[in-house]
Amino acid sequence: MNKHFFGDTAVLLGRSLRHITRSLDTIITTTIMPIAFMLLFVYVFGGAITTGTGNYVNYLLPGILLITIASGISYTAFRLFLDMKGGIFERFQSMPIARSSVLWAHVLTSLVANLISIVVVVLVALLMGFRTGAGVLAWLAVAGILMLFTLALTWIAVIPGLSATSADGASAFSYPIIFLPFISSAFVPTATMPGPVRAFAENQPVTSIVNAIRDLFTQQPVGSTIWIALAWCVGILIVAYIFAMAAYRRKIS
Amino acid sequence: METTSGQAPVIRVQGLEKSYKKLEVLRGVDFDVARGSVFALLGSNGAGKTTVVRILATLLKADGGTATVNGFDVVTQAADVRESFSLTGQFAAVDEILTGRENLVLVAKLRHVKDPGAIADGLLDRFSLADAGGRKVSEYSGGMRRRLDIAMSLIGNPPVIFLDEPTTGLDPQARLEVWQAVRELAAHGTTVLLTTQYLDEAEQLADRIGILHGGRIIVNGTLAELKALLPPAKVEYVEKQPTLEDVFLALVGDTSKDGGAGDTSVGAKE
Repeated sequence: MNKHFFGDTAVLLGRSLRHITRSLDTIITTTIMPIAFMLLFVYVFGGAITTGTGNYVNYLLPGILLITIASGISYTAFRLFLDMKGGIFERFQSMPIARSSVLWAHVLTSLVANLISIVVVVLVALLMGFRTGAGVLAWLAVAGILMLFTLALTWIAVIPGLSATSADGASAFSYPIIFLPFISSAFVPTATMPGPVRAFAENQPVTSIVNAIRDLFTQQPVGSTIWIALAWCVGILIVAYIFAMAAYRRKIS
Repeated sequence: METTSGQAPVIRVQGLEKSYKKLEVLRGVDFDVARGSVFALLGSNGAGKTTVVRILATLLKADGGTATVNGFDVVTQAADVRESFSLTGQFAAVDEILTGRENLVLVAKLRHVKDPGAIADGLLDRFSLADAGGRKVSEYSGGMRRRLDIAMSLIGNPPVIFLDEPTTGLDPQARLEVWQAVRELAAHGTTVLLTTQYLDEAEQLADRIGILHGGRIIVNGTLAELKALLPPAKVEYVEKQPTLEDVFLALVGDTSKDGGAGDTSVGAKE
């Protein structure tokens, strides 16, 4: 590893964070859709949905947070795509720096940007009546799961960010990921779904992640759910990282 | 045409080959650039000028041949090569969202030089950007942007600068500004490799000119040598010296007819 790796990554991270703080509207935009879903489900559909818990916002929030991240990483891909297309990526690659710093700065920026969006969404949820008795440890566990999930999706986002030929192509990959929570336990209990749909819903990553976060918020024992959730996150992370690095090597060779 | 000085050339390109799928872009490119000189790589769009620069800048691997920059091999000593040059122009951009000064500070930090802020301020002054330093680059004119781009390449005093089509898309006034900046670089002793499709640009700036055509350097020499390739002007009613444009078109026209095989048949038509 290059001796300047951490220093160079910090400098490039500072650059990307400036981009974010100078266009905070892009982060706000990524929170509009999840907040709209939250309003829609709580105040329009929510009355007709039976979840077995009193407070539907409490039930809904974990899934909404995952949608927030899925929508946020489309900007990660977009930012990387702009750097590729604009030529600044090549400028950095031609400089005597730790070359992988360029990519890592984008990944860390994605974490920060998504953290901001998540804070915004949680604040709105609090206004809408979200309440939890979760202690510091439970919150830390939730933050850890969300961070791992963001990291996994960010490495997925790096792939189109590096290889897309248009801005639309760079961000379109996130639509199926945004849609995934709808076929999970995020909005309604899976028990009401017909057989094959239920089988899919109960065995896809979103359900275990949503259930783990929900249990942490409601102070239920998390049991094996949290390990399944973490396994999904780590598994996606590793596979996405391998493909992203392959795409990266194709770009720099 | 070897370099006349006794010093080893700072850029040495030998037998460089590169294909994209079946399209052979470079078919054995050879040239040397002497230390402290300005070398113009002249060619039409798609001639492969940018491909040569990208290979020298360690952004692209050649299929064959060798290239050294400042004595370092671009493949086996890529990190040392990257310490030796700066790339600017067509494909190396500036950051539009940052201010001019922030761009300079960013590059200074990445090049690990001392006191990035002072270096940024010095360069803003030198390139007449001091007033614009605090403004976002997206508000800059084309000429200001290229000047900033060139200023960014000077940080860390690399001995070699690659200028890839530095004036493409600029208006005439901005072109003159960039030309002035390049002349100043040369005056400071920096070796400049310039690619351009503009003949007058090569004529104005370069000590030596290499014409890249059909995947090879078909001619390499000073402007005077290139002009001498055509028959001397005939005195009829008016005397007309061949311009570089005449030379270029004559050379390019010749070789395209015989499939690029005739490296030496230049100007033999009359």
